[in-house]
Amino acid sequence: MFRRHDKLSQAKGDNVTIYFEDVPIICKPTDSVAAAVLLSDPGYTRRTPVTKAPRAPYCMMGTCFECLMDINGVENQQACMVPVRDGMKVRRQNGVPILPGDSKEPGND
Amino acid sequence: MFGAAIAYGLSRAGVDTLMLDGHDNNLRAARGNFGLVWVQSKGKGLQRYADWSRESACLWSGFAEELTDITGVSIAHRNDGGMMLLLGDEEVEKRKLEIAEMSKQSGATGYDCEIITHADIQAYFPDIKLGKAVTGASFCPHDGDVNPLKLLRAMHSGFVNSGGRYKSRCTVNTIDHANGVFTANTQEGQFLAPKIVLAAGHGISQLAESVGIDAPIRPQRGQVLITERIQQVLPMPLNSVRQTDEGGFQFGNSEEDIGFDDGTSLDVVQNIALRAVQSFPQLSTVRLVRNWGCVRVLTPDKCAIYEESISHPGAYVATSHSGVTLAAINARLVSKWIATGEQPTDFNHFSASRFHVQAT
Amino acid sequence: MTEPADLIVIGAGPAGLAAASLASKHNLSVLLLDEQAAPGGQIYRNIEHNITHESETCAILGAEYAYGAALAETCRASDVTYTPGATVWRIDPDGSVAYSVNGAAHTAKGRRIILATGALERPVPIPGWTLPGVMTAGAAQTLLKASAMLPSGRVVVAGTGPLAMLVTLQLIDAGADIAALLETTRKRDYFSNAMLLPGAMAGQDYLRRGMAMRRAIRASGVPIYGGVTELEARGDGQVSSVRGRSGGERLTFEIDTLLVHDGVVPNIQATRQVGCEHEWYEPQRYWRPVRDSWGTTSIDTITVAGDGAGISGARAAEYLGQLAALDAACRLDKISMADRDSAARPIRSAMQPHTAIRPLLDGVFTPSFTTPHGDDTIVCRCEEVTAGEIRTAVAQGVMGPNQIKSFTRCGMGPCQGRNCGLTVAELIADVQGVPVSDVGYFRLRPPIKPVTLGELAAMDLSETDS
Repeated sequence: MFRRHDKLSQAKGDNVTIYFEDVPIICKPTDSVAAAVLLSDPGYTRRTPVTKAPRAPYCMMGTCFECLMDINGVENQQACMVPVRDGMKVRRQNGVPILPGDSKEPGND
Repeated sequence: MFGAAIAYGLSRAGVDTLMLDGHDNNLRAARGNFGLVWVQSKGKGLQRYADWSRESACLWSGFAEELTDITGVSIAHRNDGGMMLLLGDEEVEKRKLEIAEMSKQSGATGYDCEIITHADIQAYFPDIKLGKAVTGASFCPHDGDVNPLKLLRAMHSGFVNSGGRYKSRCTVNTIDHANGVFTANTQEGQFLAPKIVLAAGHGISQLAESVGIDAPIRPQRGQVLITERIQQVLPMPLNSVRQTDEGGFQFGNSEEDIGFDDGTSLDVVQNIALRAVQSFPQLSTVRLVRNWGCVRVLTPDKCAIYEESISHPGAYVATSHSGVTLAAINARLVSKWIATGEQPTDFNHFSASRFHVQAT
Repeated sequence: MTEPADLIVIGAGPAGLAAASLASKHNLSVLLLDEQAAPGGQIYRNIEHNITHESETCAILGAEYAYGAALAETCRASDVTYTPGATVWRIDPDGSVAYSVNGAAHTAKGRRIILATGALERPVPIPGWTLPGVMTAGAAQTLLKASAMLPSGRVVVAGTGPLAMLVTLQLIDAGADIAALLETTRKRDYFSNAMLLPGAMAGQDYLRRGMAMRRAIRASGVPIYGGVTELEARGDGQVSSVRGRSGGERLTFEIDTLLVHDGVVPNIQATRQVGCEHEWYEPQRYWRPVRDSWGTTSIDTITVAGDGAGISGARAAEYLGQLAALDAACRLDKISMADRDSAARPIRSAMQPHTAIRPLLDGVFTPSFTTPHGDDTIVCRCEEVTAGEIRTAVAQGVMGPNQIKSFTRCGMGPCQGRNCGLTVAELIADVQGVPVSDVGYFRLRPPIKPVTLGELAAMDLSETDS
């Protein structure tokens, strides 16, 4: 949906690679996860809990909550507020998130 | 909750009913209700109320079905039992004593509540890990829950569909009585009827006095937390945790004597959050999205008051903080009492005069 | 127990940066909290990085953007304790603030608080606005600022307000394929208001610049349609076209991105959560906190500055931040009232041209999308509640926004009403035939942004005097 500006596509400084649905995306360290996701197609971030409708970032400033994604296994994160980190694994959120952690694991709390 | 349930019952029985409601930002305890249809903690000191709560719980399934049939609103009623989680041995011992007391008080009727172990509890919840801190729970088969906001909406809808009339922004300021007719004076005008039911929660005491009924209620705050939606993992409500049908986890059960303040405080919120993650450690990464205070309408013994005025026959008071539990019995038996005069058994136990009994 | 700071400033946009810097200069201890990773708020987003590394982006965004670098620099050089990445989720009238940084919740206390949380875009509830590919004009500008990105396919910009024109021009300069600018501004607003204000010389200047922007847009080959109505986004799983009507003409454009804009409104989440009184501002149909000439709200410990107090733009925000800082310094006995007033005089003078144009702008760019026409249009994006559902509930006697919330779940989702609160109030007012100011707003409760139960459980409450 979005692309880097022609005159700026040569990334200055260190590139960062994140994996969106297992597909690598080269980004800049100042990118948010949501911005990086918009570099791919289709750039939607989640499906809604109520009707499973696809949604993508709307405001890019943390007020619309459409960019809720699974980042490194933790769901419901506002991707536009999370800076990219090398090796990050990002997935779309599909409806209602699952309970995090392991239900069967015994032992310490 | 009380008003809507009684009005619904009256309207369904063909009684011409007008419901006068206050403003959008009034205290409105009904909006803060946890949603429990709860029996195991009711009626200490007043067995009739313990029985009353259980009777209502038994009527609830039929009531829920009827509401959904009439209005199309599904209210997510569950009736497979509920638990009070106990953390630490002290809480277990304390609960054992309470159960013994209630069993004694209930005599032949019995008190269906038993202590179950950590392993028993975990068996009820295969999809969420129970924290080590949980040492037991008291389980009652009559307990359950419902979506309280959908319930309120369904009762309103059913009321209106059966011919009931609803007016909002219509706080009743005073009540006059002459020649068997009550006049409710509001900013939107006067409304007349031969019978008037005061179910106004916090608004009740002064109005009740003006029609010759004593309705001593006091405010008590409870703070509630609700999280983001999560897939369903908690199939049964607990007294201070339930997972709503939409998926959010709801926590609560604090009791604060703080007047009519429906705000929140970090220390109480922290205590609630701490207990939540001790009970279910997986919830520690789940996010709180909203936290509110709700002011309970409490009677001196925490049991209901139902009373018809002696000096002003036709004026009724109905109140308790357990509006959801009692919604079924309010809609069925209380509305019948108001419409026809037919009293449920031993109904005089709920008169406010019980608070004026001299110690012997 | 930590000593309370003299001043906690929330928000590091122009108002917050200016307030923090000036307060610090007057020897107040200042804690500046902002949820972004770098200073600048939205208007000067990513300014530090861009001014050093992205000269092309700066060139596109213009001198008004580059101006923000000085504000950030001044604050960095001061004694302000600046905590980026801090999401404030609770504020109390006694000056307590709860916030989260890096997954841990903290509390802090200030003798005074300045709220500089800025603005957000007015919701644009048109059919199809929830489709992927429909975004705000501000979002596109943010992507340019923060990531040097622009839409890759065909774009239409639609709506009203200075930002719509500005973003259109900036994207053209950056090389985007803009098919058209669809202006919903009512034509007569331009003319009837242009003559409105005697003495608003700055207004004439602004109009001239606006006209120049429009000429530049047209000169680049992008058509501008005026008086557009019946705007609608269409697509299956993603936006693929936009429709509207201009004059008698039906318009359709095949597109990949639709940028919408209906002006900005004060972000009142924090001021409402803490309990400040608000007033309705009819010309631009939004709520803003009640405040005095220094920005003090109905809660004496809390001051608002910048667009969060009422939309007045970036330059005015800076001056309002300075005034708030002077007042704080005075109230905390660092300067006398006389010194405060004399220091304030040149600030108010400098601010005057920026505020003088407001009535003109507010009168010209009146909101276009306050009441969705169709019943199927989504009002609450989070819970997918439609305009029809809300209208039905109101017709059944539901009296206000909080009961609507209770009955339909509208406003209960993660955004807590940020994108539906105004629309719901307008719908209720419309059906009931009452002024919107009488209808009220959602009761906003903490947390202002979600916070995990684990963070809450682990929080050290003795960090502040409770």
